[in-house]
Amino acid sequence: MSHVAPHMEPPVRLSKRDVMPTWKGILVRIAGILLGVALSSLFIVLVTDLNPAEVFTSLFDGCFGTPRRIWNLLQNTAILLCISLAVTPAYKMKFWNIGAEGQVLVGAAATAACMIYFGNTLSPWLLFPLMIISSLFAGMVWGMIPAFFKAYFNTNETLFTLMMNYVATQVIAFLITYWENPKGSNSVGVINSATKAGWLPYLFDKQYLINILVVLALTVVMYIYLKYSKHGYEISVVGESENTARYIGINVKKVILRTMALSGALCGLAGLLLVSGSSHTVSVNTAGGRGFTAILVSWLAKFNPAVMLLTSFLIVFFERGAAQIATSFRMNESLADIITGIILFFIIGSEFFLNYKLNFRHSKKKEG
Amino acid sequence: MDKSTVPAIELRGICKYFGKIVANKNVNLIVEKGEILSILGENGSGKTTLMNMIAGIYLPDEGQIFINGEEASIHSPKDAFTYKIGMIHQHFKLIDVFSAAENIVLGIRTKGKYDLKKEKESIRQICDKYGFLIDLDKKIYEMSVSEKQTVEIVKVLYRGADILILDEPTAVLTPQETVKLFAVMRAMKEDGKSIVIITHKLNEVMEISDRVAVLRKGESVGSVMTKDTNPEELTALMVGKKVELNIERSEPKDCEDRLIIRDLNCRNREGAKVISNVTFTAKSGEIFGIAGIAGSGQRELLESIAGLQKLESGEILYNDPTSGKQENLRNKTPMQIRHLGVRLSFVPEDRLGMGLVGNMDIIDNVMLRSYRKGHSAFLRRKEPKSLAEKIIRDLEVVTPDAKTPVRRLSGGNVQKVLVGREIASAPKVLMVAYPVRGLDINSSYTIYNLLNEQKDAGASIIFVGEDLDVLIALCDRIMVICGGKVSGIVDARTTTKEEIGLLMTQTGGEEQ
Amino acid sequence: MDLAKFASFITQAIITGIPLLYGATGEMLTEKSGNLNLGIPGIMYVGGISGVLGGFFWETYGDKTNAFLCVLIPMLCSLLASGAMAFIYSFLTITLRANQNVTGLVLTTFGMGLGSFIGGSLSTILGTGTTVSLNATAAFFKTPLPFAEHLGLFGKTFCSFGFLAYLAIIIAVIAAFILKKTRIGLNLKSVGENPATADAAGINVTGYKYAATCIGGAIAGLGGLYYVMDYVGGTWSNGGFGDRGWLAIAIVIFCLWKPDLGVLGSILFGGLYIVYMYIDNLPRASQEIFKMLPYLVTILVLVLISVRKKRENQPPASLGVSYFREER
Repeated sequence: MSHVAPHMEPPVRLSKRDVMPTWKGILVRIAGILLGVALSSLFIVLVTDLNPAEVFTSLFDGCFGTPRRIWNLLQNTAILLCISLAVTPAYKMKFWNIGAEGQVLVGAAATAACMIYFGNTLSPWLLFPLMIISSLFAGMVWGMIPAFFKAYFNTNETLFTLMMNYVATQVIAFLITYWENPKGSNSVGVINSATKAGWLPYLFDKQYLINILVVLALTVVMYIYLKYSKHGYEISVVGESENTARYIGINVKKVILRTMALSGALCGLAGLLLVSGSSHTVSVNTAGGRGFTAILVSWLAKFNPAVMLLTSFLIVFFERGAAQIATSFRMNESLADIITGIILFFIIGSEFFLNYKLNFRHSKKKEG
Repeated sequence: MDKSTVPAIELRGICKYFGKIVANKNVNLIVEKGEILSILGENGSGKTTLMNMIAGIYLPDEGQIFINGEEASIHSPKDAFTYKIGMIHQHFKLIDVFSAAENIVLGIRTKGKYDLKKEKESIRQICDKYGFLIDLDKKIYEMSVSEKQTVEIVKVLYRGADILILDEPTAVLTPQETVKLFAVMRAMKEDGKSIVIITHKLNEVMEISDRVAVLRKGESVGSVMTKDTNPEELTALMVGKKVELNIERSEPKDCEDRLIIRDLNCRNREGAKVISNVTFTAKSGEIFGIAGIAGSGQRELLESIAGLQKLESGEILYNDPTSGKQENLRNKTPMQIRHLGVRLSFVPEDRLGMGLVGNMDIIDNVMLRSYRKGHSAFLRRKEPKSLAEKIIRDLEVVTPDAKTPVRRLSGGNVQKVLVGREIASAPKVLMVAYPVRGLDINSSYTIYNLLNEQKDAGASIIFVGEDLDVLIALCDRIMVICGGKVSGIVDARTTTKEEIGLLMTQTGGEEQ
Repeated sequence: MDLAKFASFITQAIITGIPLLYGATGEMLTEKSGNLNLGIPGIMYVGGISGVLGGFFWETYGDKTNAFLCVLIPMLCSLLASGAMAFIYSFLTITLRANQNVTGLVLTTFGMGLGSFIGGSLSTILGTGTTVSLNATAAFFKTPLPFAEHLGLFGKTFCSFGFLAYLAIIIAVIAAFILKKTRIGLNLKSVGENPATADAAGINVTGYKYAATCIGGAIAGLGGLYYVMDYVGGTWSNGGFGDRGWLAIAIVIFCLWKPDLGVLGSILFGGLYIVYMYIDNLPRASQEIFKMLPYLVTILVLVLISVRKKRENQPPASLGVSYFREER
């Protein structure tokens, strides 16, 4: 027989947590963020030997230093929030759509197409509805293709939507060859720069105000949709258990298609806001990775649109702030990605402490 | 110490808790060398949890485990293997896309080059020794349940296990397969191995084991030699007191044919026939019981009626008492069935996986059936809220409030919420599958009373159960199925457990 | 297309395919352990820049003529850095059980940022505008097989690559052998298919996941190194690597998680990536459509395997799911 010495009791054992009080959860997350900030400032101090206080001043300066910076901050938050809201219904349904990037791009392309081909012929009363419809439609189609295959053949949606992103990128690259202005520049340039046809109007002379208001309204609508509508309820049921959904007679395929149609369409809307409401041009970088960041925003907020206001702001705050640090200390602008990355690693890591409990072994012996 | 008299396994004062739930409390148990020991206990008595601690799946919170007289600390299945312990779980732990041989050799570290051919040779020797018949190159996903179980057992033997633990091995087997399994178990015992079989079937305990250890509510209540005991005594040990069910049973009145099932045939996703030529009629104002070994087609039958299974052939006819019309429910979706005005309720076996959504609160779960009401795009939580509160009040659901996720309720309270919702719509047909599984006595009686109320209100109730005493005491008629076929329909007032037990293990439908 | 042009197309297809092959082999090993590492593009990018960094310091402070060290130092830097990146992913997803998709995407952002930051800073320090050139180091990496020139067209087409190209194929073949014929491969596959079963069989699930992900990451990183040292001849420019990391992930699907098929798949994808350059008078618009092809065929394969439902061709069953033993 084999002699195996009794092992040492492991010092730490894991177990799943039931629930954690909200305030504790918030504290854990704040701790995660602070650790991330600490590590990234250490990184900055190491590569620049700056004084940490200076770094922080420029972090805030980059976001709130001038009215223009504040508007930029709000605009970026609005766009990121818009895409995050768009992916949320799909995620609630446990449909891993990482194709928001592509859905935004085709929406942007559709908007640009309307502006280029009809900008100078249609009246604004026809042009804007046309832009809205076509951007929503384009995003919707892009979202429904993988949804169709998921619903009917259970095709892996993560990989499918990922590939769709690059198909969309190439679609834009293809279109740019027709739309490039001036010829040979390989870029579209500002569309209708003279007539400003198809540009979203500047409310109170503020360029981004309309974007921000649209997204705020969308946040409220999405909150209500998910929490109080029958559709939202069906999304939750399908996401929690497809078996239960079938049992109570929900047509699961229909819900998958409908939800991805909505998700894609809203991504298309983000494309519209980007082209018509801010850059007035289109390129393969129009979405700029926001389609991926949006997944984080939505996931960190536990798919709650109200909390997403905060998470999207937080991410943009660090991005913009870090970009400012990079400029003011003449460092490479990619510093922003590094810092955001580090902080996000810590936030992601801190989720662990919300879901699991570490049980330290005490040397307690109970006598019967 | 004399090695030959030392027990193979000795458990002393084992306790295991899952949160507030006590799974095992102060369990003492001995497994002798070369014996077949039955661990007997009702569902939820902690049999599997206890064995999982020997197999390294769980760690005991308190207590000691001795293997061959030496204290052992088993942190993982790997540790269990070093003590020559192997467990065959109820849910097979096999890799679907691997072949039988690959599964058997998985995780073994033998010296030298990895040579599947050579290993197959030694596997074949084991198979020949104990009389297993398996195709070692067959992929698991192409195998029947019984073949998979064989692979599991060979896998454990191939690792040189001297102590085998089988968790309800016969639950998924046909009678013939069970006979084969028992033959193999005897051959292994002859070879000097200790075998622990977890079961709640008394006839098997009597047939196969040398000794029986009984667990009740997580505690050991003692062990007896099989030859010195009888099923009655074991039952008494298992349930604590003599089974005295005083379920009130009223005479069925105003019986009409409510649901007529004719020649139903259905295959599962793997293409195996799970229901063949099932024919019966469920009447209003009666409780129609369905008995059978687990996995005999009960689930598929109920799901077919509820519109969740695709049928191969057959009719499901519903006589609508309000309109007097007859509707055929065959291959209709649950939604179409509801649109026909059929008032059909269904309490499925898998409560949190099908009947309810664990992460939603009681109100939202109560709303599952009714949320579509009205033309508004928005939900109305007012009626569901009052219904949820009514269910909590009437059925004495223990919960902080109606906004608590049902996942956090205990099994009995979960079931009360589910049954409460299903009877709230005043069903004409109410199907319940294993409604008291895992429930304490009081909750069980609450459920029985609810079913009787529905019966008296004229509903036709189809009750799938596992406890024959309950079936006989509660139902009016009992249909016994075996291997997807009806083997008989008996009058519950005149039948005996023996008669039903016999029907459960034989195929065909000669006797009436 | 005449023969010489066709031969040059094949050569180009192969060298375009090699970085993809490294990425695909690395990701296949990773995915076989059940980890869907979407951080591969970031890892490959870091694998490239860390090689540049190592090469830069060795060219500046070390012995530029020592071929062995000139190759070894960038390679070690690349392996370590990309392995470390994969370790971050492993720690978050395996030990802390974080969501794999989210972690992978952040890792890509982080890796791209880190690479561009270092690349940008280096060129600023050097005052070379936006690029860093390491001609001496690259020359060693590009040295073809000694007998290549004696083999005529065949030699030119198949034997004229630097050693990293052959290494990529060797690694892929070894990976295929390990997965098909060894106990380690069997154990690894079982971890990706069903970790609970693997655990019950006494396999160290956590260990295998860590090892496969970190080794896979290190292999993928070599793709970045090959790209910068050989493919573009030692010149780093930010963003030059493009979408190759994502293409590598596409190849994993396209080749059904089989590293030996990956060799052919990578060369095919490499060919698709550059074929537009070999078609005469192809308008630029059609070029962009050609570049879409690899993604379209991947989608097609993905749909086909899900429609045909052949069990052996499915993604590893536990792909994307964290494992926790006491899950109840």
